[in-house]
Order: sequence, then C-alpha cells, then structure tokens
Amino acid sequence: MDLTFNERELAFREELRGWLAQNPPVPEPTDGGEDAHYAWRRDWQRRLYDAGWAAPSWPAEYGGRGATLTESAIYFEEIGRARVPMAANVLGLLLGGPTLMVWGTDEQKERYLAPILSAEEIWCQGFSEPDAGSDLAALKTRAVRDPAHPGEWLVTGQKVWTSGAQYSKWCMLVARTDSDVPKHKGLTYFLMDMEQEGVQVRPLRQITGEAEFNELFIEQARIPEENVVGGVGNGWKVALTTLMNERAGLGFALQVRLRQLLDDTIASARENGLLEDPLYADALAELHIRCEAIRLLAWKGLTDVERYGQPGPEGSLVKWLWSDTNQRLTQLAADIVGPQALTAGTAWSYELLRARGNTIEGGTTEVLKNIVAERVLGLPRMKVTA
Amino acid sequence: MDFGLSEDQREIQRTARELLSDRARWERVREHAENRRSDEALWKELCALGWPGIAVAEEYGGQGLGAVAQSVLCEELGRVVAPVPFLPTVLSATLIEHAGEQQQRERWLPGLASGEMLGAVGVARDGVAELVIGGAETGAAQGGVIVLLEGDSARVLSAAEADIEPVDAIDPTRSAARVSTDPGAGEALTGDVAGAVDRALIAVASELVGVSERALEMTLEYVKERRQFGVPVGSYQAVSHRCAQMLLDTEKARSLSAFAAWTADADPLKLAEAAAMAKAAASDAGREVTAGAIQAHGGIGFTWEADVHWLYKRAQIDAAWLGGAKHHRARVAAMLSAVSAAIPT
Ligand SMILES: Cc1cc2nc3c(=O)[nH]c(=O)nc-3n(C[C@H](O)[C@H](O)[C@H](O)COP(=O)(O)OP(=O)(O)OC[C@H]3O[C@@H](n4cnc5c(N)ncnc54)[C@H](O)[C@@H]3O)c2cc1C
Repeated sequence: MDLTFNERELAFREELRGWLAQNPPVPEPTDGGEDAHYAWRRDWQRRLYDAGWAAPSWPAEYGGRGATLTESAIYFEEIGRARVPMAANVLGLLLGGPTLMVWGTDEQKERYLAPILSAEEIWCQGFSEPDAGSDLAALKTRAVRDPAHPGEWLVTGQKVWTSGAQYSKWCMLVARTDSDVPKHKGLTYFLMDMEQEGVQVRPLRQITGEAEFNELFIEQARIPEENVVGGVGNGWKVALTTLMNERAGLGFALQVRLRQLLDDTIASARENGLLEDPLYADALAELHIRCEAIRLLAWKGLTDVERYGQPGPEGSLVKWLWSDTNQRLTQLAADIVGPQALTAGTAWSYELLRARGNTIEGGTTEVLKNIVAERVLGLPRMKVTA
Repeated sequence: MDFGLSEDQREIQRTARELLSDRARWERVREHAENRRSDEALWKELCALGWPGIAVAEEYGGQGLGAVAQSVLCEELGRVVAPVPFLPTVLSATLIEHAGEQQQRERWLPGLASGEMLGAVGVARDGVAELVIGGAETGAAQGGVIVLLEGDSARVLSAAEADIEPVDAIDPTRSAARVSTDPGAGEALTGDVAGAVDRALIAVASELVGVSERALEMTLEYVKERRQFGVPVGSYQAVSHRCAQMLLDTEKARSLSAFAAWTADADPLKLAEAAAMAKAAASDAGREVTAGAIQAHGGIGFTWEADVHWLYKRAQIDAAWLGGAKHHRARVAAMLSAVSAAIPT
C-alpha cells in the first residue's frame, strides 16, 4: 500500500494546476440563458483542447496525452478543484470516444475522435425510451435497411431524456434491427447524424426549470452503413461499454465537487454556530466520512483496474454512494444555509433540486443494487415475466 | 498510488486465512465460547508465529511490520471470531509502545510481543473500568498487564496491582472483567496518549471489517440456498438489496480502515482524523451488517445453534470499544473546522 504519488504524477499535477491557474475560464455569463451557458462551456473545452488538456487519458494518436489511470484521476481531481466549467462535450469525451476506441473501425476513429475533443461536434446518448428505461434492452426504436438505397438504414422511433441533444451533431443511438431474436440480441449501435429532417428534438423541462434533456422524435432518419459501431446485432455489448464508462469515468470529478459543496456547507455551519450543535456536527461528520470513503473507494477501484484489469466491487459502489451522499448533503445544506437554499435561482437551490436526478441518471440506485447483488454477490436473479 | 496490499502483506493474509479456516472452525469457536475459555492451543500457535508482536518494533521483540500488516491479522481473526486474547494484548502493546517511555517499553513489550504476557485495555472512571475485554485473563495469567485510560491520561499496571473481578460479556469468546485500582496504582504513560489510542482504534476497526465481511459471506451462502415461495430468498430485492447495502457498509469501513492503517505507518499527521473516521464507519458497519445477517437467516438466525450470533456479539463489543461511532464522529466534527479539502497534494 502506498498512497503517495510518484515524481511523474506530481509533475503532471503541477503542470495542470499551473495551467489552470494561468488560464482561468471567463466568468459565467449572467444572461443569455442556457444557450449562452452552453456556449461558455464550449468555449472552455476549446481552450482545454488548444492546450492539450481536453482528454489527457486518450492515447496520443487521438489527441490525448496517453495519461495513466492515476494521472487521469489526478486530472479530474484538479479539474474539479479548480471549479472550472464542465466541458461542453462531456458525453463525447467520456462515453462516445472511449466506446469508439474499443469498438470503432479505423475509419470511424479517424473521422470522429478529433472533433469530439475540440467540441466541434457535440455528442448525445440516445438510449432511453418512453417504454425502455431501466429495462433498456426492451427498446423499440427500429432500424431497417432501406431497399431503395443499399448501404443505408432507416430509423423510426422515440428517445427520451436525451441530454444535450439540442446542441448535438451525433447521437449514440441503440436501435432494434432484429425482432425475431431475444431482446438483447437484436440491437445495433449507430452513430446518427442529428442534423436531418427525420430527427426532431423537443426540449423537456426539468425540476430545476432548465431543459438539459430532450425528447427525440425519429421518423425515417437515415444512417449510412459505415456508421454502425461494433457490428449489426452487437449493440447491447457496445452499449454496455458506454454505460460502464458512464458509471466509472466521472467518479473522481464528482467526488471533488461533493467535497467543495461539503466544505461550503461546513463553512456556513461554522458561521451560524451550527457546527457546535451536536446533531448538525454528527450529520456533517458522517458526510465528511462518506466523502472520504468515496475518494478512497475510487482510488481502490483504480488499483484493482491496474492490478487485475477490471474494477472490484468498488466500481459499482462509488456511483451509488456518491449519489446518495450528494442528496443527503444538499438536503442538510437546506437546513444549514437557510432560506437561500429554498429561494429559486440560487446555487444552493439548484444543487438541492439537481441532486434528485443523481439516483436516476446513468442507472437508478435500485438497478445498481441489482447489479451489485447479481454480479458482485452472485445472488440469484429475480424471476421476471416478459 | 497503490491501494492494494503488498506481496508480503498478502502472504500474511493467505497464511492467516488458511490457518484459521482450519483451527478456528465454528465447532471450535463454539466449544470455547460455551466454556468461556480461550483456545490455548490456537493462542500458542499464533504466538509461535509472532502474531501478537507483528507491529511491535524489533528492538522490543516484535516483528516491526507495521500497522497495515497488523490490520490484516485483525481482519482475519475477526472473520473467525477467534477465541484468543489477541486484540486486548495488541491494544495494550500499542498503547505502551506509542505512549510509554523507553523503560516502560523495555519492561512490558517483549512479553506482550511474544504473547507470554497477556494485556487488556480499559476505560476507567474514578479508577474503575467496567467490562475490560481480556481483563479476566490478565488476572489469571502470570504477569498480565492492564492499561487504563482515564480522561486524557493513561496508566499501565501489572494485573497484581489491580482488583480484577471476572464479568461475563455478551461475547463469550474473550474474557472480561471489572477492574478497580487505587488512584496511585501503576505508572503513568506520559507520551502521546491520544496518538497511541488512535493506533489502537485502527486495530479494532480492522477486526470489525473482518467480522462484517464474514457475516455477509454467511448470509450470501444462506440466502442462495434457502427457498420460500418456490424461489431462493436471495432473489427477493428486499433481501438482495440489503445484502448489497451490507457490502457497501463493509467496503466503506474497509477502505477507511486501510487508509487509517496506512497513515499510522506513513502519514502520522493524518492519523487522528483517519482513525476516528475508520472507527466510526467500522462500528456502524459491524452493527448493521451483523444485524442484517441475523435478519436474513430468519428464525434460524435467532437460535444459539446458528453461528451468526457470535459475529453479532463480537461486533457489539468492538463497536463500543474505545468509543462508538457517535463519539468518533464528534471528534471528526471537531477536526472539521481545521480540515480543508482532503485532496492529497
Ligand atoms: C438528469 C438525467 C439525464 C439523463 N440523460 C440521459 C441521456 O442523455 N440519454 C439517455 O439515454 N438517458 C438519459 N437519462 C435517462 C436515465 O438513464 C433513465 O431515466 C433511467 O435509466 C431510468 O429509466 P426510467 O426513467 O424509464 O425509469 P424506470 O425504469 O421506469 O424506473 C422507475 C422506477 O422503478 C425502479 N425500477 C425499475 N426497474 C427496476 C428493477 N428491475 N428493480 C428495482 N427497481 C426497478 C427504478 O429504480 C425507478 O425508481 C437521464 C436521466 C436523468 C434523470
């Protein structure tokens, strides 16, 4: 066991920290609404890209730095600590790119990776549907080969909760290409061009008031054969690669964000004397302990990946523990910070409301518990009828 | 950055697991628990392997392998609820080594490290410590030693200097006693008592991690086999999700205990906070996980015949030992005013 960093890692951290200190993002726009906010994030990613900091974990040949797992964790810690905006193309960087690196053809990597990094082409994830959420493999969106145009697919269906679709050029789309085989086997993973007649994006307002996610109405949309990722009928496996990255990639950044919110909450408690109140002190200490446990579990998961090539049980536990802790924290903050946390438009009220999504997005907590029970603990699968 | 055990530490773990799965099978533990006797044969064997002195410095007869290695043993002994006075002896050695003076170390540590001398640690009020785990055996043994913590101070006394009244703790796998002393009896430990107690906490937390891990394993075995309504009860989410929660609690406690053990060896500035966090998390986990194990076993789990209750009882004692979760969270809260972002630099 050695929880220190080597020279190379320390140098990596120093270099990044130095760059972040010298290149602070421009202030967050105060008006212009969500579009201005998004443009601000896009601009920030562009600057990361120009300096070679958009995705250090990507191999150098695709525009990254070939950073080790530890360096990549350091990267997210520092990005989180600097309180910079979230890169605009977060789904492309964390999900799309890594999925293509595993399953994509050389031509696909050549074509798509660079514009993901530069935020020139934004990506979204078209997995969930009105009738297929946790049971993703039940999805109904259909893709059929166009008899009139060989080499092209025609897609029809509906997607929902598609974050960032309004800004996206490409959609990671999972569709059914064969209805005569068991549900997991008839799926194919496509890259769908969002800029076409057959794709309509309708914003969905969230409980925070903003419209981060959308509905997609897809009607005879066209996808060329070369945009199939990982082969026809192999969509479930490719989608799992995307989902694994979704649950793992953000771990370190989220942990740091939680740390900052907790530090702010503690500061507030100190100011109004609540840190002396044993009930508040107990609750804050428990949150601090959880926050540290998340950090340690994330590092432990990383050690497992380095040693055994795959995360241990910690992998599935981090997102669960993080989302639950963030909800507890933002709820406690409402008691500590007071009216400000319940006033619309404040940062605290945003955090309080946004936290409710944490236990739903990227796999609900119940589904994560099922995964832990079945795959980590080896418990028998629940009987399902369907 | 490497969160795993070293090759040597894994070797210690493997050896311990192998040895104990044979020597501390439930029948053996039960036999000694029911007679309220330590397993002397097992204790001799562990002493021959140098386990009680694993973290004691070599110059005092120990192996000097550090807190992480010691934690590994505590976990393994916790898993089997070994009926030996290991933990009380190790805790007293830890306190004497890290809070005592040279001459006190020389006097007590070689005996404790070899296991020839048994130790116990109690928390006293007005010179009286209730339910001192391991206490009765120090009285029975030649030259046993007791460390009494009172307020911020600590003193060490030979068992002969104390009035030791055996008491039955709910966990019958280790002896217990009520220890009373004259105010002036023994010698004060004048060093860093708080730091030494923090090191002791890590050993208790690690034992709790082992207890929790085993309770979960036994539960999984049971709920995969036991069928009701035509299916294994482990397929019900009320059961399987609680098992998942038991894993989360255990892994949380494990990562914090491992971190604390590492700070004891390598980063003493973080020791106090890390030890308090580990003991808080492990105390909660020990209670919750062993309680979950009883529940998931149904009526069987409530019987004397099933073995989960040994784990529950050990967890209850350990969770309260040297302060429970609430006490240690209060310590963490007091430190929070000084803590800034916990990101390693
Ligand atoms: C902020 C946010 C952003 C999102 N972004 C995207 C995106 O960009 N792209 C995308 O494709 N999707 C996205 N999603 C969708 C998300 O992945 C789904 O909402 C999620 O998978 C749950 O599906 P559902 O909403 O259909 O709920 P359902 O699956 O209908 O679940 C309803 C309730 O039933 C429970 N439940 C369901 N099945 C089980 C089971 N087997 N055992 C126990 N309990 C069960 C669930 O836990 C939940 O509490 C986003 C969601 C949110 C909140």
